[in-house]
Amino acid sequence: MRPSAIQLLNILVPVKRSVDFAVKIRVNPQQTGIDTNVKHSMNPFDEIAVEEAVRLREKLKADVKLIKAITIGPPKASDTLRTALAMGADSAIHVEVPESSASPEPLAVAKTLRAVIDKHNASAKEAGDKFDLIILGKQAIDDDLGVTGQMLAGLLGWSQATFASKVEVDVGKNEAVVTREIDGGAEEVRCRLPLVVTTDLRLNEPRYASLPNIMKAKKKPIEKLSPADLGLDYTPQLETLKVSEPPKRVGGGKVASVDELLAKLKEAGIEAA
Amino acid sequence: PHALVFLEHRAGVIDSGSLSALTAAEQLGGQVSALVVGGSEHVQGVVDEVKKLKGVTSVLHSTSQQYTEPLPETLSPLLEKLLSDSPFTHVVSATSSTAKSLLPRVSARLDAPTVSDVTSLEHDAASGSTTFTRPIYAGNAIATVRAPAGIPIKFFTVRGTAFAPAVSQDSTADDKAVDPVEVADPVTQHLKTTIAKSDRPDLGVASRVVSGGRALKNAETFEKTLYPLADALGAAVGASRAAVDAGYADNSLQVGQTGKVVAPELYMAIGISGAIQHLAGMKDSKLIVAINKDADAPIFQVADVGLVADLFDAVPELTEKLKK
Repeated sequence: MRPSAIQLLNILVPVKRSVDFAVKIRVNPQQTGIDTNVKHSMNPFDEIAVEEAVRLREKLKADVKLIKAITIGPPKASDTLRTALAMGADSAIHVEVPESSASPEPLAVAKTLRAVIDKHNASAKEAGDKFDLIILGKQAIDDDLGVTGQMLAGLLGWSQATFASKVEVDVGKNEAVVTREIDGGAEEVRCRLPLVVTTDLRLNEPRYASLPNIMKAKKKPIEKLSPADLGLDYTPQLETLKVSEPPKRVGGGKVASVDELLAKLKEAGIEAA
Repeated sequence: PHALVFLEHRAGVIDSGSLSALTAAEQLGGQVSALVVGGSEHVQGVVDEVKKLKGVTSVLHSTSQQYTEPLPETLSPLLEKLLSDSPFTHVVSATSSTAKSLLPRVSARLDAPTVSDVTSLEHDAASGSTTFTRPIYAGNAIATVRAPAGIPIKFFTVRGTAFAPAVSQDSTADDKAVDPVEVADPVTQHLKTTIAKSDRPDLGVASRVVSGGRALKNAETFEKTLYPLADALGAAVGASRAAVDAGYADNSLQVGQTGKVVAPELYMAIGISGAIQHLAGMKDSKLIVAINKDADAPIFQVADVGLVADLFDAVPELTEKLKK
């Protein structure tokens, strides 16, 4: 018997369906966005987040009571949730928006997550059922904003550890020691739970889900919600006026030898320091 | 407009990205107040320097042992207090790891968005709206977004390479001390910071960068092959994600979508294939030189000067001939 039910970890992992990282995107002719009729996958940083939650369970065993994935997106985003479930999440929430609508702004996403967390924690029968760790990607590779985790931590008034490259949770002490990638090096912080962690590239290498786990994931529950169920409205605060192609860089120049390369450098006024 | 610029320093040395943020703030066309925070040993020195910077109309400073390490959880209450009932219309910072952690936390608490990594801006004083451009999809598209007047305080972080750093001048701005907002029993505690030491120029501001990829084979050959070339050119050293992941170079040297964005006079990509995520971090460089064995590597599509060769032959030869 464990001494106190308080010392259990419930992890929420928000994931986003985004254009696959290998796709070369194209701006649409109307200049309102990009051609989205391309391969989509889970945002790579969110995959790292799911992996980290699963690894925490592998390490802390029964101390991790729940791993729940959540996404906000069109009907197809349920594929992203199935991926998270196949990797090892127990259950999922899909806040569904119409296929045609733009993805909600980070602040709206953070408010959605807060609403879900508040609702879950208010209905928790005991302290050991409450969400106390949120792990999500440091940025989505589509809008490259990188703000959602910090916004969520701010709204909740929780501690935050952004750009994590190592996470060590001490459930008994109710805290985590996180190594963060910062400009010029690394930083170590000790955070009291509840905590929001955003993942950096080198936190872990996400696994591929095995076929049996993919089959099992099909039976795991996905709860569907609408923004209205949570009392939210996704009207954006910012107006996107235009999406355009960046100026094209004309490269392709080649030289045949180191001497020719040196001549080109000299031509550009570059010499040894 | 009246901008509040979160001005960063590391142990008293002003961060170059913050100087670019000042320039961006000045382009809004109104007053610019810089906010300097820190422990008692550094704040005064930084304030004296910031007062002389072009575009700065006033300097606010707040000193506390709690601000020695800039933790979002302890700094957020100070910013929230400064911004409530304030004249400020914009909050501006570099796109640095510290400011990226802090600004969105504060903006969410004030129910406002944070626009990240801005490359140009225009403020319309008549309507009170600000229009920004910023790269999306690893720089493969540029979004133009407008923050309307309905957002009373507009938060944004600035891409350093897109704005010239503010320079010192003769005039001096006023300064004013602001009481710190001490946080009782902070939820987060700083344990340690490890800065990767280097005698070479800082990657973020260097005018020349020599970057290596996975083709460098291992940490030892990375060092042995690239460092002499970097030293001959007086260049900073960078790396592709693949090279960092493989442990050839420190993570602080990563150039790309999720690492550093650089735009030096000269960028040399050595043994880097040129994934779009890497190109996102360097394609605004003036002159791009690529050396790669694979003639079809995508890096050659953006390189001004490409050399198809074995880097282990070409780089030492280049280094020797450069030194002559």
